[in-house]
Amino acid sequence: MTARTLVEKIWDEHVVADLSGGLDLLHVDRHLVHDLSGPPSLGMLAARGLAVRNPELTFAMPDHTVSTAVGRTDADTNAGRLLVPALRERTHAEGIRLFDLDDVEQGIVHVVGPELGLTLPGVTVLCGDSHTCTHGGLGALGWGIGSSDLTHVLATQTIVQRRPKQMRVTCSGSLAAGVEPKDLVLQLIGEHGADGASGFAVEYAGSAIASMPVEGRMTLCNLTMEFGAKIGIVAPDEATFDYVAGRRYAPTGAHWDQALAAWRELSSDEDAAFDREIEIDASAVSPQITWGTSPAHTMALDGKIPDPGQARDPAARLARSKALEYMGLSAGEQLLGLPVQHVFIGSCANSRLSDLQRAAQVVRGRHVAQGVRAWVVPGSQSVRREAEALGLDRIFTAAGFEWREPGCSMCLAVNDEVVPAGERCVSTSNRNFVGRQGPGARTHLCGVATAAAAAIEGRIADPRPLARVA
Amino acid sequence: MERFTSVQGRAIPLPVPDIDTDVITPIKRVMQGGDALTRYAFESLRYTPDGALNPDCPLNQEVYRDAPILLAGANFACGSSRETAVWAVRGLGIRCIIAPSFGDIFFDSCFENGLLPVALPQIELDALADEAAAGEFSVDLERCEVTTPSGRTIAFAVHPLQREALLAGRDSIELTLAREPEISEFQRRDRELRPWVYELAGDT
Ligand code: SF4
Repeated sequence: MTARTLVEKIWDEHVVADLSGGLDLLHVDRHLVHDLSGPPSLGMLAARGLAVRNPELTFAMPDHTVSTAVGRTDADTNAGRLLVPALRERTHAEGIRLFDLDDVEQGIVHVVGPELGLTLPGVTVLCGDSHTCTHGGLGALGWGIGSSDLTHVLATQTIVQRRPKQMRVTCSGSLAAGVEPKDLVLQLIGEHGADGASGFAVEYAGSAIASMPVEGRMTLCNLTMEFGAKIGIVAPDEATFDYVAGRRYAPTGAHWDQALAAWRELSSDEDAAFDREIEIDASAVSPQITWGTSPAHTMALDGKIPDPGQARDPAARLARSKALEYMGLSAGEQLLGLPVQHVFIGSCANSRLSDLQRAAQVVRGRHVAQGVRAWVVPGSQSVRREAEALGLDRIFTAAGFEWREPGCSMCLAVNDEVVPAGERCVSTSNRNFVGRQGPGARTHLCGVATAAAAAIEGRIADPRPLARVA
Repeated sequence: MERFTSVQGRAIPLPVPDIDTDVITPIKRVMQGGDALTRYAFESLRYTPDGALNPDCPLNQEVYRDAPILLAGANFACGSSRETAVWAVRGLGIRCIIAPSFGDIFFDSCFENGLLPVALPQIELDALADEAAAGEFSVDLERCEVTTPSGRTIAFAVHPLQREALLAGRDSIELTLAREPEISEFQRRDRELRPWVYELAGDT
């Protein structure tokens, strides 16, 4: 048998039918459904007179439209009022397990799937949300789909897919102290463009990945969408198996042994051919922050905003000028010292326990600057509980942060939690698109420590001195 | 689903790279429902911050009114998986988008909605845009050809299956439902190979 990449191995194992010409019909092992894209597709399914084919492989949770205020109900937001009851009704009718708003496991789909052991190495995970690539951090093949495909998965437990090209990003060395996986992936996107991996599935490999905790790998895979690829993945290893073991839906007993034996085979063959290889020296990565309206508009935290004139073509130059105009910034300016009004620590990119621990290290014993609204929105109830057990909530609230309930919140701002027009938000989420956090909102993406430092200083600041003395 | 065989008409040049689906359908407009999706499609490009129509945006220009073809920039419709972006583009009367590259999820969703996405190299896009003001284009899916106002033809590739489905106006659910025996057979075999995928612990 010819040498294959990790993605090809998992892919091949899921082919139900070869539709010829590079299109395959693939089996979907896990289908995650949320409140924003779930109800319309469940409705379309019913309208066609079809039922969910495998409700036992389908799991639902409200996260996108719900309020994250403490004491919330689903009537608290305009979108939630409309969609959460619909999700409840449709999942109940179809026999789908729903982790409802009051469930002890509620949270953002891409945080909850892995932590419940629904996401496993080697499985296919689909969800009507583009950041389903997050699950690749566990060695799962995950990608996001639109509503037609969502209906297709509900009806058939399969998906029609074009075989992606194969890319490997080898990250040598290791991240320096105070540098996060988020910085690594932002720098990668900045160098190669928001479409740098368009049409590819991306495997991350190398020493920096091997030594990276599983939660960091999820952050890396999460941002792969912003690199233009639907799929990001890391080969599962002992750290992955340790992460999965004992989780609520993870295999046990003989099934565990059998699964583990299969998972140990999940890596790219030594001589597997990749269509493109990129190398990045992780040791040289520095904290990043975005200055524009694409995740590719990133720069070193202590750098200067690049001149749009340096962009690769006239269209990109124009886009960069427009981005600066929208952000109220100019080329050559430093971001360090720029006043901010909002800080959002959350989203499926950076809302896991290790993220909150990192933020707490910067925040401990300090206070949020006056005039800054600073939020910590844990990714799930489980993260929230664990953080509280460690006393992180008290560190945040004592500093003047709001400690909120799990959900997508200001990442998408469909739950009325928005950044007002013209105001600046330093955010650990994954998109700084025009209007993403609210019409006219100005978003700077960065890692958790940088966001925490901005809250404390009231301006964009280097977190490293703060983290060190803490 | 509406079938696609060919379209003829103006092509709107919108050579901005990385137009994301939040720009095509801002989430606020998605939630408003009704015609907000189409009316505010590409809101930050088509409207000025005070809500007036931006006359500089080609999508607003009289010469391109009701044009069925969009000549877009690289990485068109990247970002969120929201299919509302496809519906909004259709709502503007567009049947075919030609771009150097597309957001992958958007690209696939087009085929489920009677919209043809065509990928051509940037240099071809530039040449097409140069002719945009000159007159009408046609895009023929039977022949897989774009014809420019000056009569030049440019061939493009589409996956044969996706082409057939568009030509016939069939969506993929219909096609896959016909393969139910294969899906059952796959699951039967797979259950033996990977029982842990199907027999979940958890709520027991
Ligand atoms: S947190 Fe943001 S990116 Fe993640 S699932 Fe929610 S809306 Fe999508």
